[in-house]
Amino acid sequence: MSIPAITVTNVIKQFGRFAALRGVNAELYGGKFYAILGDNGAGKTTLLRALAGLAHPTQGTISILGMTPQTACCEIGYMAHPSLLYDEMSGMENLRYFARLYGIADDERCAQVVRSVGLDPELARPVGQYSQGMRQRMSLARAILHDPKILLLDEPFSNVDVHSAGEMVGLLRAMRDSGKTLFVVTHQAALLQGVADEFIWMQAGQIVSRTLDLPADFTGPVAR
Amino acid sequence: MNSLWSVTLATLAKDIRLEWRSKDALNSMLFFSLLVVVIFSFSFDPLAEESRRIAGGLIWVAILFAAVVALNQTWARELRNQVLDAYRVSPAPANALFLAKALGNFIFVSVLEALMAPLFIVFYNLRAVGPAWQLIPIALLGTWALVVNGTFFAAMSIRTRSREIMLPLLLFPVSIPAVIGMVAGTTAILTGDDPAHFWIILLLTYDVVFTTACLALFETVLQAE
Amino acid sequence: MKRAFPILAIVTAVLLAYALYQALVVAPTDAQQGDVYRIIYYHVPSAWTAFLLFFINFIASVRYLADGKPSTRQAAKWIAVAVGVAGAVAAFVIPLPGGIRPSAIATTVLAIPVFYFLLGKYFPGEKLDVLAVTTAEVGVVFCTIVLVTGPIWARPVWGIWWAPGDIRLTSTLVLWLIYVSYLILRRFSDSAQTQKLAAALAVFGALDVPLVYFSIWFFRTQHPQPVIGGGGSMDPKMLDVLMISWTAFLFFAFLVCWSRYRLEILRREVEQAHAMQSLSGADSSVSISSPAVSTRGSQ
Repeated sequence: MSIPAITVTNVIKQFGRFAALRGVNAELYGGKFYAILGDNGAGKTTLLRALAGLAHPTQGTISILGMTPQTACCEIGYMAHPSLLYDEMSGMENLRYFARLYGIADDERCAQVVRSVGLDPELARPVGQYSQGMRQRMSLARAILHDPKILLLDEPFSNVDVHSAGEMVGLLRAMRDSGKTLFVVTHQAALLQGVADEFIWMQAGQIVSRTLDLPADFTGPVAR
Repeated sequence: MNSLWSVTLATLAKDIRLEWRSKDALNSMLFFSLLVVVIFSFSFDPLAEESRRIAGGLIWVAILFAAVVALNQTWARELRNQVLDAYRVSPAPANALFLAKALGNFIFVSVLEALMAPLFIVFYNLRAVGPAWQLIPIALLGTWALVVNGTFFAAMSIRTRSREIMLPLLLFPVSIPAVIGMVAGTTAILTGDDPAHFWIILLLTYDVVFTTACLALFETVLQAE
Repeated sequence: MKRAFPILAIVTAVLLAYALYQALVVAPTDAQQGDVYRIIYYHVPSAWTAFLLFFINFIASVRYLADGKPSTRQAAKWIAVAVGVAGAVAAFVIPLPGGIRPSAIATTVLAIPVFYFLLGKYFPGEKLDVLAVTTAEVGVVFCTIVLVTGPIWARPVWGIWWAPGDIRLTSTLVLWLIYVSYLILRRFSDSAQTQKLAAALAVFGALDVPLVYFSIWFFRTQHPQPVIGGGGSMDPKMLDVLMISWTAFLFFAFLVCWSRYRLEILRREVEQAHAMQSLSGADSSVSISSPAVSTRGSQ
């Protein structure tokens, strides 16, 4: 058994009187594709944000590659429900800027990443005018720009058409195959059937079980 | 250090480019500044002699209010689509973001001043009796004083209710020494009665103290959830 | 603890009554101002009490921020000592604006490291923040008294309600504004880090006050202004009554602070209890640290 890439130890996250995470413990290994499932309010997004270093645990610790989430920021790519992009700039302009934040001065890298998510680097349209599918893809491009080892994706398939969603899943599968560790929060578990290595189920701020497959009679929401 | 400046400049360049593209904010702010000056000119209608004594105060109060409207927009683009999160998860230093925003605001408010000052001169028939060149360090230092704290408190206000009112609420009390310095210095030069040296030194001290404080504490503010 | 409070309350009441008697009856009538001046026995002690409380708030805020990270924790201790020593030396070496005694500055500056270590010892961790909010609130009350009694005193004696160039009164006003904004920030902030943000604001406020003082002082030298409260020395009998009054005020301030402190501690305990309840809440679930073999998961 190899050393876990991510260790979550008894993490509690309180917002005033409300506890979003109530003692989450997990050991998570590199090179795997984890799907995080659960009802609304189960704490999935909060857990992801905690892993990204955006939400500081009230108690407990998170260790990513032996470091705190903030120190490990170069190895983490984060994609959230909002696009995390400037609506007024084109896709390439957005990426060029975010590349500078990571110390990447290479334009070609940005173009390559844009192509890898299936978009055109030459597109001068501002991101605000993209379709939802395009926006999600550009948001993903931003997350993978600095070639992080760990990807944290919050609902990447929401409001995306079936075709685009399928393409994204293929892309994510390829990333896992190339050695990256992926965490995908989604309501559309069926999309990841046969792709995800493990399904983590959360409820009321805790992990209730971890399975290798979706149950045979799984009747969760179908990909929209 | 290298990455601090490269990120600062990249962010500043991005902000200027965005501001330039949609000149909406710039145009409406310029017009707002014009309106402020006009209202002041109707409200305070002094003779030439008196005007030199109160113009310093009027100009800086007008600039203060115009600056607050501008400062409230500082983080607006970063809050849409939660772009601020993208910055927070990156290795880019927090202070680079702060400096970029402060410099951007400095440029923006200076543009407003460049419009308002000549208007004041016209409406009040102002003429500097003292050394007029000294108005430049006062304007630069005074603007930075407002902008550095304004950018900081604008970031603090992000996590509060009534965001737009929190900024002036936090900014005004702390800015009082700077306002005194700006007003007294400008009046000293316009009337020629007293030297403005102390006021320039006061503003410089204020700028150094608070720029240091902002840089030391900005990371805490940025990482607040 | 529970018994001490009522006893302290009674002692405070007695002291306040005694101070009132001293102020209104025993203290001699002022040669120039007549009996109106007696408001000084409320005005000045309120000011001193407010300044002391805000000073404690400042030190508590700095310590709270510094203790947040291990790296800053150690550094801050050394800085506090350095500031105390350097400031005390500077007070005697650097020429000060007129009216300020070097020993007064030196004492204030030396108090910084002393309070820094004392507060850190007796109010660890979150308690520093409780102390901060307590002293800010009670300080604002006393500061309000100063700002109200000031003009009331000024009007009959000097003929004006307010003098913008009056250093003390104007500095007090700015201090009041800063701390009211501090309290509003605490109330309006939705952040989980409200306490740190407020502490940062307190630091800004503390840095601001000397600058306010100097800017007004210089303004006065260029534009002579009336001084409310007069300068100069005081009749020793009056000074005695002033000290009695201040002692009574300090007891009162301590009483109110203690009360507020306990209230805040209790309030936080209640919040914590609620949170704990929601934590142990509906589900008692098992946490599994390694993947189970194809078991059914609940949704």
